[in-house]
Amino acid sequence: MSKLISYEHKNTPIHKLSGFTKLVFFLIWCTASALTFDTRILLCMLVIGFVIYKVSDTKWKQVSAVFTAVMIFMTINLLAIFFFAPYQGCKIYGSRTEIAHLFGNVYLTQEQLFYEFNVFIKYFTVIPAVFIFLVTTDPSELAASLNGVGVPYSIAYSLEIALRYIPDVQDEFRKIKNAQEARGIEMSSKGRLMERMKNTVSIIFPLLFSSMERIDVVSNAMELRGFGKKKKRSWYSRRPLKAADFAVLAFIVVFFIGSMIITYHDGNRFFNPFV
Amino acid sequence: MDGRIDPIIDFENVSFKYRAQQEPTLKDINLKIYPGEKILIAGQSGSGKSTLAHCLNALIPCSFTGDMSGTLRVDGQEPSKLGVFGMSKIVGTVLQDTDGQFIALTVAEDIAFALENENTPQKDMYEKVDSVASKLELTDLLGNAPGELSGGQKQRVSLGGVLACNVKVLLFDEPLANLDPATGKRTIVLIDELLKKEDLTVIIIEHRLEDVLHKDVDRVVLMDGGRIIADKTPDELLCSNLLIENGIREPLYIAALKAAGAKITPDTKPQHIETMNVEPYKETVQKWYHHMPVHRGVNTGETLLSVEGLNFSYDGKKQILSDVSFNIKRGEMVALVGKNGAGKSTLASLICGFNKPDKGVIRLEGNDISSLSIKERGERIGYVMQSPNQMISKPMIMEEVGLGLAVRGVPHSEVEYRAKEILKICGLYPFRNWPVSALSFGQKKRVSIASILIMNPDILILDEPTAGQDYMHYTEIMEFLVNIRKTLPVTIVMITHDMHLMLEYTDRTLVLTDGKLLMDAAPSEVLTDQEVCDRAYLKRTSLYDLALKCGIDDPSEFAARFIDHDRKNRVAKIDE
Repeated sequence: MSKLISYEHKNTPIHKLSGFTKLVFFLIWCTASALTFDTRILLCMLVIGFVIYKVSDTKWKQVSAVFTAVMIFMTINLLAIFFFAPYQGCKIYGSRTEIAHLFGNVYLTQEQLFYEFNVFIKYFTVIPAVFIFLVTTDPSELAASLNGVGVPYSIAYSLEIALRYIPDVQDEFRKIKNAQEARGIEMSSKGRLMERMKNTVSIIFPLLFSSMERIDVVSNAMELRGFGKKKKRSWYSRRPLKAADFAVLAFIVVFFIGSMIITYHDGNRFFNPFV
Repeated sequence: MDGRIDPIIDFENVSFKYRAQQEPTLKDINLKIYPGEKILIAGQSGSGKSTLAHCLNALIPCSFTGDMSGTLRVDGQEPSKLGVFGMSKIVGTVLQDTDGQFIALTVAEDIAFALENENTPQKDMYEKVDSVASKLELTDLLGNAPGELSGGQKQRVSLGGVLACNVKVLLFDEPLANLDPATGKRTIVLIDELLKKEDLTVIIIEHRLEDVLHKDVDRVVLMDGGRIIADKTPDELLCSNLLIENGIREPLYIAALKAAGAKITPDTKPQHIETMNVEPYKETVQKWYHHMPVHRGVNTGETLLSVEGLNFSYDGKKQILSDVSFNIKRGEMVALVGKNGAGKSTLASLICGFNKPDKGVIRLEGNDISSLSIKERGERIGYVMQSPNQMISKPMIMEEVGLGLAVRGVPHSEVEYRAKEILKICGLYPFRNWPVSALSFGQKKRVSIASILIMNPDILILDEPTAGQDYMHYTEIMEFLVNIRKTLPVTIVMITHDMHLMLEYTDRTLVLTDGKLLMDAAPSEVLTDQEVCDRAYLKRTSLYDLALKCGIDDPSEFAARFIDHDRKNRVAKIDE
């Protein structure tokens, strides 16, 4: 579980980009995907996303667990759209082309299918982007980048601290759980649900107390080393922007403006093949 | 000291009282430390030594508030005016908890942490980090995460973090507490080398005196009850009885010399056993040795736990344990030692059933226990974690101690009866209705042991029972265990780094190195075997050197006889 989606050091062109570039690209990319319903743009983004995924050398096993979870959620979402608003597509595209009668007064329409197809590929433009961003960006560089786009450094750094201590806390949790289980506090699926919930408390408290001790030490250590002394702070891991970064930044800005023009030139953010 | 040089640290009549306390913790401190000196500040818990250190880095009075009087100057400045941030440029503090001090995600970033906070340009940071890393031999580790480092390496990173700021004073707060003996020794050597090469003043706060004195120290400042009660050279101090009177353990060779009746004088240079002149004492020691009764091994009962051909690996690649076999007899007290990462904790986790061995059998009273669940094993094999805070989950002492029985469905009245019985044995009966939070660390430790003992286990496995404790608390915990063993038929296995503990209290030592059992012998044999000590990152006892220097042909027997004698004396003292 500890290695769900985490940074892995590699030497691909994507890894070499500055965290700042990737963060900006990621934010604009998601905004574009959220705004547009233009199928041509979404398909184009899908292809670009897939290419980046390949280039970044992201391994399927790094992301498969989360991907499966997202797929399940997406299926539920698409079914829910269909059952709660079976004619949403017709409303949007202003026509109704029935394919089959399902039940009651619910018909399967081409418009609805096309609309849901759009929702589906929208997901697929964003999900790989999230994965690629997380597995190719060094967390400390991410903190540096966040600070670079205007997030206060205390907040940016707390993200880094969290990542630093997650493995330690997981380790501590495992140790405490084992010791408490040996004392007879049942944690496995053998115990009854209520019993297990009550027993969880016997792990949470010791974990809380030992974490508090740690927080005390860490905050003293940070203060002793001058954290918070100045209004600004520099970052060892920040990467200066290189030519490739500027190229990527220029591309994403142009891409965004272009896609917005194509999307909105007819006053509607949906691409309508039914006209 | 040359009178023309100004002290870099100058306490004048400094007293300090924490806001929440009635009595001042520091009373009328006068202390001058000169540039380039190496000072050891010793004292038991509560002696005020940590408070003194906090005055230097301005955590007092800036983070811990209270009333301060007198004047303190560090490098001509007053810490209370400069504040913690200001002082961090003059005094670099290396904390005891190197894990807590490791803040960033990689070695390089952690060394650069203070520089980042100074808003130093990136280029300067790269240069500084590289130069500090090469001084501390960390260059190959710059990209590593804290989880990939050993305890000694983490400590070097902490040191690098403060060296990067060009500090003038290095302050070490119990630097040896979490390290195995050999790594601790290397730390002391490293500090010594730094002091010789760089323009520094070093202050070490530590109660493990013998380990710090491995390299020359200019002065030892001994504290007790908030006062400085001695400020002497180590040679002078070791000749007096001040250390032992104030709860600090003397180096073992000094204790043995004194036990033999030798009158040690400073001119024999007792600071290091290697260079000490023992000629004047040779005869006395030999006489004493031949006079002492021969050491007899303990009578052991039948085999209680047997481990055969244990193999284990977490990921199927790196072998953590390979072919480990040993027996533990009923009633024994056994130490499990080896450097960090040698597989000690893993071995304990296999015995407790937290992990399953890849190969091998564990038998309890001759029966294979592989089919028993963690809970079932827990009734026979009790496991006590290092910190009581990792175990205690109930607010009240009675509830906590009775928990193991209560969850097993034992009737309430019986739980209460047995909890009271065990509390009596553990000396906690008067506190039975107290909340756990009102207890001291040592008492909490006893509560966590009591809450395991209530299940009447055959074996008690203790993970580092005395880590980070001073001599007095160490003795308190260990004597407690000795007493338990007299009253209850329990066999005790301790995972430890403490060479004194294993020498003084255990009957047998299992030495693990790189997942293999290297030696299974009496502690006095292990700690006088140079090759085993080197391979397992242990430290050969100074009793060995003393014995050789005094012309005694069986150093291991000498060590054993001294420990027997010492133990008897200590028991007599406690009985008084």
